[in-house]
Amino acid sequence: MNPSTPLLAFDHVSMDFPGVKALDDVSFDVRAGSIHALMGENGAGKSTLLKILSGAYVPSGGTLVIGGQRKIFTNTAHALAACIAVIYQELHLVPEMSVAENLFLGHLPQRFGLVNRRALAAAAHRQLELIGEDIDPWMKLGQLSLGQRQMVEIAKALTRGARILAFDEPTSSLSDREVRRLFKIIRELKARGCAILYVSHRMEEIFELGDRITILRDGRHVETNELANVTRDTLVQRMVGRTLADVFHYTPRAFGNSGLVVEGLGGPGLTEPCSFTAKAGEILGFFGLIGAGRSELLRLLFGATAKTAGHLTIGGQSLDFVSPREAIAAGVVLCPEDRKKEGIVPVRSVLENTNLSARRRKARAGVLIDESWEQSNAKDRCAQLRVTTPSVRQLIRNLSGGNQQKVILGRWLSETVKVILLDEPTRGIDVGAKSEIYGIMQDLAKAGVCVIVVSSELPEVLGVSDRIAVMRQGKIAAILDRADASEEKLLRLALPLETARAS
Amino acid sequence: MATAYSPTARKPIAEFFDKAGMLVVLAILFLGCSLFVENFFSLANMKGLALAVSMTGMVSCTMLFCLAAGDFDLSVGSVVACAGVLAAVVMNKSESITLGVAAALGLGALVGFINGFVVAQLKINALITTLATMQIVRGLGFIISGGTAIGIAREGFFGLGNSALLGVPTPIWITAVCFTVFGFVLNRTVFGRDTLAVGGNSEAAHLAGIAVTRVKIAIFTAQGVMAAFAGIVLSSRVTSGQPNTSQGFELEVISACVLGGVSLTGGVGSMAFVIAGVLIMGIVQNAMNLMNVATFYQYVARGLILLAAVLFDRWKRRKQ
Repeated sequence: MNPSTPLLAFDHVSMDFPGVKALDDVSFDVRAGSIHALMGENGAGKSTLLKILSGAYVPSGGTLVIGGQRKIFTNTAHALAACIAVIYQELHLVPEMSVAENLFLGHLPQRFGLVNRRALAAAAHRQLELIGEDIDPWMKLGQLSLGQRQMVEIAKALTRGARILAFDEPTSSLSDREVRRLFKIIRELKARGCAILYVSHRMEEIFELGDRITILRDGRHVETNELANVTRDTLVQRMVGRTLADVFHYTPRAFGNSGLVVEGLGGPGLTEPCSFTAKAGEILGFFGLIGAGRSELLRLLFGATAKTAGHLTIGGQSLDFVSPREAIAAGVVLCPEDRKKEGIVPVRSVLENTNLSARRRKARAGVLIDESWEQSNAKDRCAQLRVTTPSVRQLIRNLSGGNQQKVILGRWLSETVKVILLDEPTRGIDVGAKSEIYGIMQDLAKAGVCVIVVSSELPEVLGVSDRIAVMRQGKIAAILDRADASEEKLLRLALPLETARAS
Repeated sequence: MATAYSPTARKPIAEFFDKAGMLVVLAILFLGCSLFVENFFSLANMKGLALAVSMTGMVSCTMLFCLAAGDFDLSVGSVVACAGVLAAVVMNKSESITLGVAAALGLGALVGFINGFVVAQLKINALITTLATMQIVRGLGFIISGGTAIGIAREGFFGLGNSALLGVPTPIWITAVCFTVFGFVLNRTVFGRDTLAVGGNSEAAHLAGIAVTRVKIAIFTAQGVMAAFAGIVLSSRVTSGQPNTSQGFELEVISACVLGGVSLTGGVGSMAFVIAGVLIMGIVQNAMNLMNVATFYQYVARGLILLAAVLFDRWKRRKQ
């Protein structure tokens, strides 16, 4: 096949989720024998695109064109049959089974209905040799290093005759040596005429490996170009270059003297002790890529994960809580990142979810529910935060994401709050509700609450924060004032780049 | 036109069925049995029926909490038997009713606490944990009794199971009190609401400051005490401690709860419906007895009813 022939093309692909357009009319093609990089901020639509490619999502509009034929996959088996393999960050292998079994899972060589172990071992050995790996096929997959597992995943894709391979951040947990090996194999695949789609945040990798690049932003296709024609600077600009109407309601405020002081905080997910301060009435944003340790930091501050080192002071008072219960009593509250899994109790009502925490203090003798307080508090919070619900008896799972988030905020506004920790407070929420939540954040800050907000969205973190801390690889890389911060600056600090390391 | 069924006309019926489903089933079942099963609707049979479900009723109160918190307890049948045996042995040895009852309740509390600790603190699956304690406690009952029924020598003790107040047998009164108390705890106390939150989403409950581990341990402990108490009442009724008794009792209790709409995934459950579930199971069994259906067939029928209830629950959730 001619190397410039597109093996895979996205043709006007769109993807709607309730309230969010994850992909909007995206078209580009990936050629045989070429490595095609795909870049964009978190939430730009890269993962959605890969999920459509793998058959996990069915696009709301547009089609895939594979080897000249229009295709829509309605399940992952279709994608496999079309010689497509997507290799994810979390690998889809079974750690308890052997390497050989993993390689041929679903089509194990059989004889009389029994697995033919000898044929299996031979075939597995052949496949592993093909990618230059010397792994005992009978080893349990769980005993292999992450790099080796990735190799097994690639070998698995090849055993199924994959001609189009997509990699999602493949190097994020590999050692340098493993990265070298991976690159070598990817280049070999290219030489064999495979089409490679390569998603990564790491600039060096993209420039080292890629032939062409496509940039996505807010679900839209920005540009597809030969990598030789772009520079790092233009790349960053293209990724972030956007203007947003002022939905952030930002108003400068006077800060109180005392606030939150964190000294030498250490624990799981942090690679270096973290120290920072946030004054009463200040909004401190935390920016970073996924996995940079931001959520872990918030959980440590909230006492949801046990800290191994460090010290907290709030309003001059030294605090040392070891559970969320104690944190709440001290005035520290958390709105978690994953609303469904950690925030709401889906099978209970808006009222139950609002009063989940504060009722402990409001109950008569600490035991009996105060029905009238429960009713009025739930109604007041819903009115205050403009929660759209037919009644407070409505099950919370029937509400939209934005309203669920407001109920969780209402849960904390029922308490006396000194520090509020918000982890991706507007993820999956439509623009209108986002703007309302920014307004609530400003109001809280004005009332003297110390607001700490983690966000992966650059405009958001820049729009709402007084100061911005950038986290990279488990530590605070820098803390910038609002006036000094820009999208390019934050992204450069957050990306694991040599230039960033040097600065 | 039958095909143009408008959603507005359908909604109130669907909603009513959703809210009162099992109560309707209970009413229809009761009416049907009264009309078509001979001797069903008589005072003597009603008393017999209520007495027959009294133990299931008591233990289903705490089982409701256990299931609502997203857990499971298979050890209750064994605790019933072992508590009865222990009460008998201690009463006979010490000649004190109080000591016997205290020992049995203590055993129940201990078993329940161990279940709760292992499940909540050590995070072992409740099914496995209580499957283990179920066998351990069943074995202990045999060891304590030497494998045979222990006759109780203290006649004062028999009043608990065999006396009556206003013509209603005491165990029925006790069950009614349990329903009331636990229904109140579930609906009107912080503990009850916390239980439902823990079952609905334990991570969210934890992050909202609810002491999840403590709630779970308390529930399991209460469950153990309740099962032991039911065992004491039973031993009083039959005037002996029987190490063989109540095999499969745990399944009867769980069936009644599930029939009463308690979600096995936790977070959903109400006392009124559990009472309905208990009565449905009781009525079906009672009617089958009156119609001389052989025991072997009764097992099949009970299993089918449970399966139907669970499928109904799934169907209802799918619809939402």
